[in-house]
Amino acid sequence: MSAVAQDRSILPSGGSVASRVSDFLWKHPHVLLAILLGPPLLWLGIIYLGSLFALLLQSFFSIDDYSGLINYQFTLATYGQLLNEANLDIIIRTVSMAAIVTLFSIIIAFPIAYYAARYARGKWKAFFYLGVMLPLWSSYLVKIYAWKLILAKEGILTWLVTKLNLLWLLDAWLSLPVIGGNSLSVSYTGTFIVFVYVWLPFMILPIQAALERVPSTLIEASSDLGGTPRQTFRHVLLPLALPGIVAGSIFTFSLTLGDYIIPQIVGSSRLFIGQAVYAQQGTAGNIPLAAAFTVVPIVIMGFYLWAARRMGAFDAL
Amino acid sequence: MKPAVLFQNVSRHFGAVRAVDAVDLAVAEGEFFAMLGPSGSGKTTCLRLMAGFEQPTNGHIEIFGETAEGVPPYKRSVNTVFQDYALFPHLNILDNVAYGLMVKGVGREERRKAAEDALAMVKLPGYGARRPGQLSGGQRQRVALARALVNKPKVLLLDEPLGALDLKLREQMQEELKSLQKTLGITFVFVTHDQGEALSMADRIAVFNDGKIQQLGTPEEVYNQPKTRFVADFVGSSNVLPPEFVAGLGASSQFASLRPEAIMLGGSSDGRLTLKGTVLSRSFLGSANRVTVNVNGTKLHVMSPATTAIPPEGDAVTLSFHREDLHLMEAAS
Amino acid sequence: MHSDRSAPLGLKIAAAAGLLFLHLPILLIFLYAFTTEDKSYQFPPPGLTLQWFAVTWNRPDVWQALSLSVRVASISTAIALVLGTLCAAAVSQTRFFGREAISLLVILPIALPGIITGIALRSAFSFADIPFSFWTIVLGHATFCIVVVYNNAVARFRRVSGSLMEASMDLGANGFQTFRHVILPNIGTALLAGGMLAFALSFDEVIVTTFTGGQQSTLPIWMLQELIRPRQRPVTNVVAMIVVIVTFLPILAAYYLTRDGDQIAGSGK
Repeated sequence: MSAVAQDRSILPSGGSVASRVSDFLWKHPHVLLAILLGPPLLWLGIIYLGSLFALLLQSFFSIDDYSGLINYQFTLATYGQLLNEANLDIIIRTVSMAAIVTLFSIIIAFPIAYYAARYARGKWKAFFYLGVMLPLWSSYLVKIYAWKLILAKEGILTWLVTKLNLLWLLDAWLSLPVIGGNSLSVSYTGTFIVFVYVWLPFMILPIQAALERVPSTLIEASSDLGGTPRQTFRHVLLPLALPGIVAGSIFTFSLTLGDYIIPQIVGSSRLFIGQAVYAQQGTAGNIPLAAAFTVVPIVIMGFYLWAARRMGAFDAL
Repeated sequence: MKPAVLFQNVSRHFGAVRAVDAVDLAVAEGEFFAMLGPSGSGKTTCLRLMAGFEQPTNGHIEIFGETAEGVPPYKRSVNTVFQDYALFPHLNILDNVAYGLMVKGVGREERRKAAEDALAMVKLPGYGARRPGQLSGGQRQRVALARALVNKPKVLLLDEPLGALDLKLREQMQEELKSLQKTLGITFVFVTHDQGEALSMADRIAVFNDGKIQQLGTPEEVYNQPKTRFVADFVGSSNVLPPEFVAGLGASSQFASLRPEAIMLGGSSDGRLTLKGTVLSRSFLGSANRVTVNVNGTKLHVMSPATTAIPPEGDAVTLSFHREDLHLMEAAS
Repeated sequence: MHSDRSAPLGLKIAAAAGLLFLHLPILLIFLYAFTTEDKSYQFPPPGLTLQWFAVTWNRPDVWQALSLSVRVASISTAIALVLGTLCAAAVSQTRFFGREAISLLVILPIALPGIITGIALRSAFSFADIPFSFWTIVLGHATFCIVVVYNNAVARFRRVSGSLMEASMDLGANGFQTFRHVILPNIGTALLAGGMLAFALSFDEVIVTTFTGGQQSTLPIWMLQELIRPRQRPVTNVVAMIVVIVTFLPILAAYYLTRDGDQIAGSGK
């Protein structure tokens, strides 16, 4: 051990280049912080935030009706256009869809999350986890495509319904106004199903996370105090799961508000916000109106997040 | 001879919080030095200042006469045994112990040998191939000790080294640490909130409160002659007597401490001071009885040998003690 | 929440039905890749065949799209690994004013709907007169991939930070040695997992890419075009099946890399 026997209690500074650099950074932690933070901040701050602000700025411009060119003068007229009947329709349609999708996602997600958090152990726990993760991460387009296959008039669903002698029920459903259509794949019902399917894992994971944090002693305490399983669920579990539900609904709500591919592939021809943005910036070339449309989900989500924060939902993210 | 560690007017502030406030201390070479205090008293920050994890806001630190402020931890021949042991989870025990030698560029064979010797020294020979997760808390503690000692530090810092161990193991480790320190002759500085541990292991104790050293002295001094009410109360739960009570005993009007075991139940004729009171409560502690007595509105704790008969609660009782056991304290704190 | 009681039957059924709902549609893709029917989505398939695999194999447009996707995903993942790790290190190793803001900034590109990121980048490109290219796609992808790496790295950094790094410094290792011998071995698997998820995310991305890709087709863009204007449906079926398999593998690998200790940052998509 002679090589390390030290006569001095403080080693001299200097040495190799690495050692000098290390000394310098240790003495100047702010320099280290700047080196670490600089590249990601430059990337996100300039490329991403810069683009975002440029976009938002454009929503305060307007488009010249005759030349089709952007008029770079501050105006709120573009926002005014959002309030005309056709555009307001789009907004209401999208927000209602987002609300219904969120509601049904909660109903379907809760039993899975509850079972996974409270009853699944060991291998089953892993099974449930992967069972949610794999659909979450598998290709978004493939998932939509799968539903195109399922919902097509000649597809598996019609086949199944025929086998069960329930074709009359499907036809009755499709003949309903608004939610019906020529076939499920061109109806709001179809759009709704695909939305729920694609966003469901985003609802399951936060609810499960919230439920995992409920100690079993709380459940036992409730039943010890005379609570029936139903009362325990209502007064103990549900309130504690609420932050998770709100966190999940942030995802389902926000994702539905901004999506334009699902209603384009499975749905009727009536537009959602995402499609309107896409159409305005593309074929119509009206960037200011497209930008104003993008502000709608941002504002709605801003309010949503603010409310969620007050309910403590961020702890469950 | 230069002190192993010297603090001159050292402060460490975190924002408005004065974690360490104008501390002066000198740890002698080869000493077993304890820093005792409740959590948040500044003792751990002092340790971290010695290790180099913190830098002083004010003041001057020397290690064996060399300036330490501004020197990174890896340039100090000071090593630490962490409270949570901080063993590297991705390395086996041998590589953990050899880590310090590895980064200093010691050859593979030489550092393996040194690490095995160090493991043998802490009574864990042959454990080198295991992973930290496979060891018990007590074993991990020994590995952390070996990992620090293999570097032959000039000062070894121990942060609540026995805090996570159960009682039996703790007593055993106290013995081993003491004998290890004697054999190696290295300066040990250890932090604890357990007064019994500090009293039994240390050569000298610094009692901390609110970022300041309340008293610095040998265990006997700190225990028998507490300088402040805090020390009297924290080290051995002494009875702290208010000035008017002390004046009533014929001493000057100052706070004073009186050890529970210095008080005897029953009067005596050999010149001891006597007090009259009522028994409030009593509890049996095995080797002794702890009796709480009300004397004119002041509660006194009395530690009475188990063999002595205890009057029932509510009964009048006479207490007596030697005049020299009454220890007057500074007015402050 | 440990409980010895077994679950009520209704709950079991609801949970099982939910999981089936999540998985059956994906499995259906596998069946359709073998169907002999090439004009419609007829079920049950009139017959099964392997011929569409050969047809797909010989389609240059599929290969081009696949090749572009792999290149974009690789470069984006590499950039995201560097930026995400740096950011995670800064946030978890040091305390500074505005840490919360940094976390928010990193998460924003996936928290906001993809269409907003896409259109913002597109108008910025046109504003700055940057022509669409391979690099404009990478620019968009790397931006939203950072968060996946970041989430994985931050979770692990939290474990390494504190006393492990102090122990290394205490034992004489300088900053670089500590990084090489303590930090890297401990965060390595988390970075690998984060990288795989970032790759899967980029490989699958369609919304931002439609705005930043110009005339080039990544595999998802190719599929989107086939979905809107089908040319040869069985080829789409085969590609869909391959995409499922290609994305499953990194997800499974990421899961096994991170399963003890922290979870995969699942909310990152």
